[in-house]
Amino acid sequence: MVSDEAKQRMRAVAAHYPTLRSAILPALHIAQSEEGYLTQDALESVAEALRLNPDEVKSVATFYTMFFKEQPGKRVIKVCTSISCYLRGCDQLMTHLEERLGIKRGETTPDGRFTLLTTECLASCGTAPVLQVNDEFVENVTPESADTLLKELNQEIDSGLPPRRQGQPNGAAATGNVGARPAKSDKAGKPAKSAPASGKRSE
Amino acid sequence: MAQPELIITKHLNVPGMDTLAVYQQHGGYQALEKTLKAPFQPDEVVEMVKKSGLRGRGGAGFPTGTKWGFLPKESPKPRYLCCNADESEPGTFKDRMLMEKNPHLLVEGVILSAYATKVHHAFIYVRGELALAGRQVTRAVQEAYDAGYIGNNILGSGYDLEVTVHRGAGAYICGEESALMESLEGRRGYPRLKPPFPAVVGLYGGPTVINNAETLATVPAIIKNGPEWYASFGTEKSKGTRIYCLSGHVNEPGNYELPLGTPLRTLIEDYGGGVWKGKKLKAVVPGGSSTPFLTPDKLDTPMDFESIAAAGSMLGSAGVIVLDEDTCIIGAVLRMSEFYRDESCGKCTPCREGTYWMVELLERLEHGHGSEKDVPLLLDICDNISGKSFCPLGDAATSCIVSSIKLFRDEYLYHIREGRCMVGPGALAPAAAHA
Repeated sequence: MVSDEAKQRMRAVAAHYPTLRSAILPALHIAQSEEGYLTQDALESVAEALRLNPDEVKSVATFYTMFFKEQPGKRVIKVCTSISCYLRGCDQLMTHLEERLGIKRGETTPDGRFTLLTTECLASCGTAPVLQVNDEFVENVTPESADTLLKELNQEIDSGLPPRRQGQPNGAAATGNVGARPAKSDKAGKPAKSAPASGKRSE
Repeated sequence: MAQPELIITKHLNVPGMDTLAVYQQHGGYQALEKTLKAPFQPDEVVEMVKKSGLRGRGGAGFPTGTKWGFLPKESPKPRYLCCNADESEPGTFKDRMLMEKNPHLLVEGVILSAYATKVHHAFIYVRGELALAGRQVTRAVQEAYDAGYIGNNILGSGYDLEVTVHRGAGAYICGEESALMESLEGRRGYPRLKPPFPAVVGLYGGPTVINNAETLATVPAIIKNGPEWYASFGTEKSKGTRIYCLSGHVNEPGNYELPLGTPLRTLIEDYGGGVWKGKKLKAVVPGGSSTPFLTPDKLDTPMDFESIAAAGSMLGSAGVIVLDEDTCIIGAVLRMSEFYRDESCGKCTPCREGTYWMVELLERLEHGHGSEKDVPLLLDICDNISGKSFCPLGDAATSCIVSSIKLFRDEYLYHIREGRCMVGPGALAPAAAHA
């Protein structure tokens, strides 16, 4: 069930737009965060909050790839398979993850712990190959660092922890993307690369 | 080599730059204060941006000030500004970095641009997948509200502005301006017929200005230091600096802000540390996956709009993707084409059907089952999409195919003849049995 508090938030977010209908994507994000995917109840609660028909809400929701139509795993791993990651080995990474998890891309492990998906370019081409765990970035991933990541995620799930979030409002938000650096010839003044080479989360 | 002056990424790596206090310590919101306290009239700000020579950083490179000038002077409906932060062009990763590390720069740019175009409600459309970027921009907007930079009577000027951060939900097409507006209005992200252009009939039917995030983030520096200063960087027709996103087979991929007109060779060799593993260069995509390939003989091309066009490609979003000599061109083109097949919105037939069949043909070729008819057939499909689809996504889908056949036809023919790749790991595989 979508909570009354969530419905309240949907109405509050709609106040930021000239029309109620404009809040459909934010409201769907709120609904999905409640139950992990878009249930019929979720679609109906969005429709109710924005005074739309549930079928209309569904027709919009199905256009966008981030909304799940069935319950995903506790951790959703999305591997970028677009060109820049392809050039730096995302296919090998994907195959490695499929073997480790014992599922194919697009599937969820029978124990409901992991869903493994491919995704289009995630705007992290400078730190390819890259993946996301529940929308949070993990960059410069190698098969070895992927193993470490899976181990950590399993521990988190066992401890009942919520999915991790990147960056706190204190400047730690820096991800692996590198700003402008001095040219190669200017080695003396070269700042430390902000990209973690290990593929660890940049927290 | 002297480090060129940085404009947009200047304070990017200062710890805490994503907070209001640190942003202010480094000159943040001074351009806004200067504008509202001078006060500059909105038209004066438009003139300054025109004079600076700033051109759109999203892909098309249209002069920003001129675009703003298209808005009608008076209109019965409210006017809107949309910041396009739906960054999803393969090979492009600059806007995400700006939003995560220096969100206030973008917010200040949005406020200034909204003031210049007499807009009282601005939207920042952040790509859904970029969750951290969305949180950072949302927090920056809230801090700006609390500090009185957004809201009613900003800094006592009498100017009112609302800013709404809108999170997308996964659709490349929503980076196309008319699809972005559809999505903001709460519909499926289908592009709209143009004309009318957004400047006349846009969001909620009102006159609307839509600019890329990097474009808007450049505005504060132009106001603060003057248009002449900004125009002193770059080339005669491509002014200022750009964030070049370097990825693929280079030693040091990353974002590099450089003056427009910097040679491709300088970016790849001096900044990117050259092609990785000591290999030779095979090809470069200079402006995101929607732009045609360039071959190594074009390495000395200055990276500005005109020179890259003269070399046979487009500067696009400045997503520079490097391919080494061991890359099978058909494998790479197949991967790029799969993207357009998956992201085609399905509204118009040439793009929906064409991108599907292009991938089928490329797969057949890559796996050694292609026939000689496939190359002309691919070109025929491209001809039936390019210029004949509803929005630029269809045109974009043909760039890599047409240019790769033009530049690497031998490799296509090798696949057909030998049933395997000419270079890379696929070259060692046994030839596929012809069907």
